Amino acid sequence: MARIIVVTSGKGGVGKTTTSAAFGTGLALRGFKTAIVDFDVGLRNLDLIMGCERRVVYDFVNVIQGEATIGQALIRDKRLPNLAVLAASQTRDKDALTQEGVGRVLDDLSREFDYVLCDSPAGIEKGAHLAMYFADDAIVVTNPEVSSVRDSDRVLGLLASKTRHAERQDGKVNEHLIITRYAPKRVSKGEMLSLQDVQDILSIPLLGVIPESPTVLQCSNAGTPVILEDKSEAGQAYGDTVARYLGESRPLRFVEEEKGFLRRLFGG
Amino acid sequence: MGILSFFRSSSKSSASVAKERLQIVVAHQRRENQRPDYFLSLQRDLLEVVRRYVTVSDDAVKVEVDHQGDCDILELNIVLPDR
Repeated sequence: MARIIVVTSGKGGVGKTTTSAAFGTGLALRGFKTAIVDFDVGLRNLDLIMGCERRVVYDFVNVIQGEATIGQALIRDKRLPNLAVLAASQTRDKDALTQEGVGRVLDDLSREFDYVLCDSPAGIEKGAHLAMYFADDAIVVTNPEVSSVRDSDRVLGLLASKTRHAERQDGKVNEHLIITRYAPKRVSKGEMLSLQDVQDILSIPLLGVIPESPTVLQCSNAGTPVILEDKSEAGQAYGDTVARYLGESRPLRFVEEEKGFLRRLFGG
Repeated sequence: MGILSFFRSSSKSSASVAKERLQIVVAHQRRENQRPDYFLSLQRDLLEVVRRYVTVSDDAVKVEVDHQGDCDILELNIVLPDR
């Protein structure tokens, strides 16, 4: 049986898909068979971030409706043999996803893969609900910014009540926090919520902090998961995050401002 | 701590304002989330029953759910008009 991980946030544009692509690729780099499923029906983007947009023939909805097999719809990654993507449908609407259908597809994937990542759409409507419903683990992606933190708290409320584990009362979804677009310099100026602030409010364990980095945009431009840029800070931060998820202990990096000589002298 | 931070400390940073606002809004949000699904209809029905006997305004019936340990406590507050 695979472990099912939902990557969610409530708010849009905080880095769910970037995180799904990087985290899934990271698990595959560690040798685990990993599938990443795009739940954003009508607004698919995981294929672009993974760089496989021209290889989409069949999608998630086709499989649910029996128009294609899971084997036909899975796009095998060209970089890593144990990584695959299931694209969302671009032409259907969200109602094409049904709880029964999603459950069936995730069961099928569970037979072949060690990890199935569900890349949730923004919001708390049907797509987001189904992305989290079957999850064993949740990765909540948050920016150090008021609306993102508030929405993440709302999503945590839903994870505690509207998932299969919650309904069956057979355990709970393990919640993990990833803070993205973190700018230590702005934090020390008092312009940005610190990771301690965000943790104080959300009070779930911190899995990783991804620094604001130009590499993230460069990678999405190219269709490369940012974790493959292992010289970049963001890539290394995702690498640490995956290691922590797998139980290794890694100190947080890129969370302190690098101080120059003058700043050290005058403080700030 | 350097010399500059001494001057800076006079006004509150925008990050600490953000944190305070979030703490309040999140606490409120969590209270609302913990309310059972029947909460709003219960409040409406109670108001209807009270109105069979006395004329009260819409906000005369206040219902709150409080959690204490393993217990959920339903708190009901009805303000009757002056006689």
